[in-house]
Amino acid sequence: MTIVAAFPLMTRYLAVLGFATTLLTAAPAVADARDDARRQVQFGIEVAGRGLWREAIYRWERAIEIDPSYAEAFNNLGVAYEHEGDLEKARQAYEKAVKLAPSDASIRQNYELFKEVNDRAPTPARQ
Amino acid sequence: MRPLLLASSLITALTLTACGSVTREIAIETPLRPKLDVTRFQRVLVAGFLSGGTDEVDGNAETVRLLRSQLRNRSELRVIDADPLPLLELSGEKPVAGEKFAIKDEKGLEPREQIFADADYWKRVGEEYQNPLIVTGTILFTPHQRSGYVQREEEVYDSFGRRRVVPVRSFQERKGYILKPKFIFIDGRTGATIYSETFREEVLYNANQSTAALSTYFELMERLMPSFLSTLSSQKIKGARVLLQ
Repeated sequence: MTIVAAFPLMTRYLAVLGFATTLLTAAPAVADARDDARRQVQFGIEVAGRGLWREAIYRWERAIEIDPSYAEAFNNLGVAYEHEGDLEKARQAYEKAVKLAPSDASIRQNYELFKEVNDRAPTPARQ
Repeated sequence: MRPLLLASSLITALTLTACGSVTREIAIETPLRPKLDVTRFQRVLVAGFLSGGTDEVDGNAETVRLLRSQLRNRSELRVIDADPLPLLELSGEKPVAGEKFAIKDEKGLEPREQIFADADYWKRVGEEYQNPLIVTGTILFTPHQRSGYVQREEEVYDSFGRRRVVPVRSFQERKGYILKPKFIFIDGRTGATIYSETFREEVLYNANQSTAALSTYFELMERLMPSFLSTLSSQKIKGARVLLQ
């Protein structure tokens, strides 16, 4: 008979304590990742404003690697790919952004405008 | 003035949306490849058009002139100057001398459109002009009228002198034109059609308004010109999008 078996209450206590410790140590890590993703997005916006779209794409791709639920980063990628003429990638990015944030009016507006441009392309990206 | 211009620039300052996320409007230019690969051609011949509809506008001559001028400015191809081909006469029964022969509608055009499938004929035209890309097709420019309810906005003042704008529906007789061009692109080396596209534009004016048919023709052609040009040359579509943080 082990000590743990002999003290079932202690086992539960240890399990709860372990879980809480994990949460406490992981939470700052998640917050750090989100902050890092936000910094990437912010920097991407700055460089896009100066016409450095390739650098912006790199930053926004980093942001969604860090946080794959970052709808705004997908939206920005959609804009950048559209500007670069890569309509298929733009469509995928916009669709992901709309899926992640269906009620965001800015994302929906960007996507609608993109679709108008896409319809004029010789080989429109599949919708 | 300068601060005003800056403020209205497409790249606007950072703003806060109602939901709290930071947005920034930014100008973009989306490059679109041409619909047709014309790299194997150095020259383009806008050969002529089968035209019909109103006789107020010479659809053949005006379209040839307009397309040549647009292609000179907006495409890499060298535009060949030549008299427009009299396709109306070449495509069917010739008009009786002294009589004005006109195609009024699509039914009138249909039997004559077979000329575009005559590869031997177009190959001969191509040989004459050193194998260019040939642009031809049909132009139907027809008068049109439609009556119905039209909504407009009207200013009204209440008893306190307050101004309001209210929508008012009224029955109106309207008249205008429909422009239906079909552009056909033919390889001058083989005489074969490589691409064709049909457009339709219409405009309606108040029946009391007097507008010259020729100016309406140009107004409608102006609308579809970007689509025509995008067949042969790459384009950049300007727009604005919102970046989000």
